[in-house]
Amino acid sequence: MLKNPCERMFGRSLWVYHANSGGCNGCDIEVLNALTPYYDLERFGIKLVGSPRHADVMLCQGPALRATAVALRRAYDAMPAPKLVFAIGSCACGGGTWFDSYAVLGPVEKAVPVNFYVPGCPPRPEAIIYGVAVAVGLVEKKAAPVHFKQAEFPIPLYHPGQLHGVGDLVVYEKLEKI
Amino acid sequence: MLSKVKEAILCLKPGRVTLPYPAHAEPIADNFRGVPRWNGEKCIGCAGCASNCSARAILVRDVCQELRILEYVGGRCTYCGRCAEVCPEMAIVMSHDFEQATNDVTDLNQRLDVFMSTCQRCGRCFKVPDALEQLKMQGYRFDDLEQARWVFRSNAFLEGDPVVEDIPVELD
Repeated sequence: MLKNPCERMFGRSLWVYHANSGGCNGCDIEVLNALTPYYDLERFGIKLVGSPRHADVMLCQGPALRATAVALRRAYDAMPAPKLVFAIGSCACGGGTWFDSYAVLGPVEKAVPVNFYVPGCPPRPEAIIYGVAVAVGLVEKKAAPVHFKQAEFPIPLYHPGQLHGVGDLVVYEKLEKI
Repeated sequence: MLSKVKEAILCLKPGRVTLPYPAHAEPIADNFRGVPRWNGEKCIGCAGCASNCSARAILVRDVCQELRILEYVGGRCTYCGRCAEVCPEMAIVMSHDFEQATNDVTDLNQRLDVFMSTCQRCGRCFKVPDALEQLKMQGYRFDDLEQARWVFRSNAFLEGDPVVEDIPVELD
């Protein structure tokens, strides 16, 4: 666990700054919910701070808008290095439902480099805590790309003319492959 | 002073409420919508999910006549469940997975290569016989996977009238 670069850089506590660049406030509520006694993120040493200059981690909610992307970038530049960026919610991860709107530039990674993604609309407080735990190195990430194939090419081609008997069985031989 | 004591007693009464989350997971409600998961066996490739997706998170690519690639871009999926609602074959279910935090956004993607079965004579789609219809066929069939051939246990296919009408096929 000590080999985790995040742990080495940040020691024991992460101070988070909460940047909303045009979200619907749903993810903000869930982030604040994660800081309440019920889900108590402060037991991991996480504290919400009001200024990016005090922060180690920026939690981005909402997509990068044409109007707010520059301000988001400036807030990121104001943070002292080393710094982490979490994209929280579908809007921050991939642009959300309005990813192709004229006002939306896209996911926040168009404005700031993102280290961790927490998808969901909004993500459950548990999902946010899980993202923090993945970043700190408490748990392994579970997400992995899924690829399913119904048929492997080439597909064998059959023809009724190729039926013939072998003993008491009938065998339907393949013709060729396409 | 007394009110403060009263408040302290009120606060002490519920005891510890913090959930031990990363160590123990609480059970999730049945109607919780997590990541949509494709059941590749059931999907018929109608792409109704793609046309009903409000975030356009499901993309359809027809690379050739036999293959349709459905691609799910998990980053912008809002887990609204409209794909699962519209699917005629119940091939999409909203799973209870929500612990999807990752450091690589492509981890959230899913891809499904649907085999679009077409008749080798007319080129149109047909329904693949399901397990019950296969049982109704004369002689129970099992496949020889190593040699890629079908083996029937009954001789009914050889004698009498043919099961499949034999039409000459032009192979290109």
